[in-house]
Amino acid sequence: MRSLLRFLRRGKIRPSASVLIPLIAGLYVAVIILLPALEVVSGAFAKGLQPFLDNFESEELHSAVRMTLMMTAIAVPANTIFGLSAATAIARRQFPGKAFLLSVIDLPFSISPVVVGLMLVLLYSPTNGLLGGIVTSLGWKIIFSWPGMTLATIIVTFPFMAREVIPLLEEEGWDQEEAARTLGASSWQVFWKVTLPSVRWAVLYGLILTTARALGEFGAVAVVSGNIAGQTQTLPLFVEDAYKQYDTELAYGAALVLGGVGLVSLLLKLLVEQVIRGNKETEPMN
Amino acid sequence: MTSSMAPASPARLRRPALPSWLQLSWSWRITWLYLALVLFLPLGAMALKAAAVGPVQFWQLATTAEALATYRISFGLALVAALVNGVFGVVIAWALVRCSFFGRRLLDSLIDLPFALPTAVAGLALASIYSSNGWLGAPLYALFGLKVSFTWLGVGIAMMFISLPFVVRSVEPVLEALEREQEEAAWCLGASPRQTLLKVVLPQLMPAILAGVAQGYSRAVGEYGSVVMISSNVPFRDLITPTLIIQKLEEYDFSSATVIGMVMLMFSLVSLLVINGLQVWGRHWEGNPA
Repeated sequence: MRSLLRFLRRGKIRPSASVLIPLIAGLYVAVIILLPALEVVSGAFAKGLQPFLDNFESEELHSAVRMTLMMTAIAVPANTIFGLSAATAIARRQFPGKAFLLSVIDLPFSISPVVVGLMLVLLYSPTNGLLGGIVTSLGWKIIFSWPGMTLATIIVTFPFMAREVIPLLEEEGWDQEEAARTLGASSWQVFWKVTLPSVRWAVLYGLILTTARALGEFGAVAVVSGNIAGQTQTLPLFVEDAYKQYDTELAYGAALVLGGVGLVSLLLKLLVEQVIRGNKETEPMN
Repeated sequence: MTSSMAPASPARLRRPALPSWLQLSWSWRITWLYLALVLFLPLGAMALKAAAVGPVQFWQLATTAEALATYRISFGLALVAALVNGVFGVVIAWALVRCSFFGRRLLDSLIDLPFALPTAVAGLALASIYSSNGWLGAPLYALFGLKVSFTWLGVGIAMMFISLPFVVRSVEPVLEALEREQEEAAWCLGASPRQTLLKVVLPQLMPAILAGVAQGYSRAVGEYGSVVMISSNVPFRDLITPTLIIQKLEEYDFSSATVIGMVMLMFSLVSLLVINGLQVWGRHWEGNPA
């Protein structure tokens, strides 16, 4: 009798839970993520295709795009060099303080972007910065200019590459490098022909994450830039500025471009994840 | 034979060792130089500037009524948002791992959207959809008289948006690794589904849930881009701490900005420690499943 009851209850509860849980999950994600994302698309085309295309005539938008691309083009290679150096230095070595060093590298992820920008202002501002005097006497302009904004982007994005490559290198071990070295390869050859190919997918993954974040960074760049239209405005800053000026069309147009970049990066990321998973599955057979 | 081998072997031993040393020292040099320029120097500048303020004034500036009001929004509301995601994040992870339904893969990729979408775009999207004539804002206002955009509610929604992926992505792998046999054993021993959930499944998920909540909380506290557009940025109402820092900088009140920034930085350091601790705890669980 009891077991029959339990059987009935089980029969009753399980199918309802297996419907209810995805339903709740789907509703929550729809309200918090999916609908807002669709809103950008519909907002951008609210008045049809032509007004949307007219947005791209804006000279300020062009300059914002150029600025964003230039900063990304500096930040991504710089962070890739750092990430690979840090990974080869740290990953396969045990030393006291290793966990601490890894946390230090992760630090920018937990610091508010606004605080990152503030730190740069307190360092390089000509009037109030720690190095303000030196910066001024050298005639450099860092704050309210592209070098500061690029530096802000670099700080916010530098952990991505190191973080993706380090665990993979740890897993791989030294064997192949040692084999290459005993066969007479130089350290550069070992790096280019053994280490780098073995982590290429992680590097690609890191590149995608770094680029996506560099293109979209807002808070840190906002503090440092001064947001001067046509000069120090990046694409994300342009979106906010246009929105604040009630130039809604333009804001949506620029947001759709940025959002499209985000979406592409997401798709690329999923693709690379699939390849990595595929590689893991075939590896034991080799 | 031994004499001909003797001079060759030290060279052979040293040769693989020497380049590896050179290579490592180069990668170390780049690592330290980069970290110094990009992280330690700015951190040091801020610490020095904060120290120059002096402890008494530091405390005064850190605890002005205006600053305290922003802490309530930034630290308090972000905690609520992270906890709400703690609940829904587990439900979503459960749906993704344990259920098969139409649109599962779509749901899976949507979870990553807050990571991938630039925060300015997210802010614009949330502000307009929850505004009083937006898709979701209009019915909420008509039915309940709730205004979401440009109030603290909107700030909370933006914080929920930004912190959702953390819990889901933290719980998912642990849930996947969980042995179904344990649940079946509990059932066979007569545990109800509720008992199974509360006493067998949840305790094992707990470290991952807490780590995800802590990560999401830390992110929501520091978030600027998506919050600033949905907030009215009025002091004492929905102004968040990062925006207050920017306002102080715009007023050339560098000491206030530094002090409040330092408060946020210290929070980040503490939360980093807590998250690391929780992850170590989680690994401990994985090592010895109960």
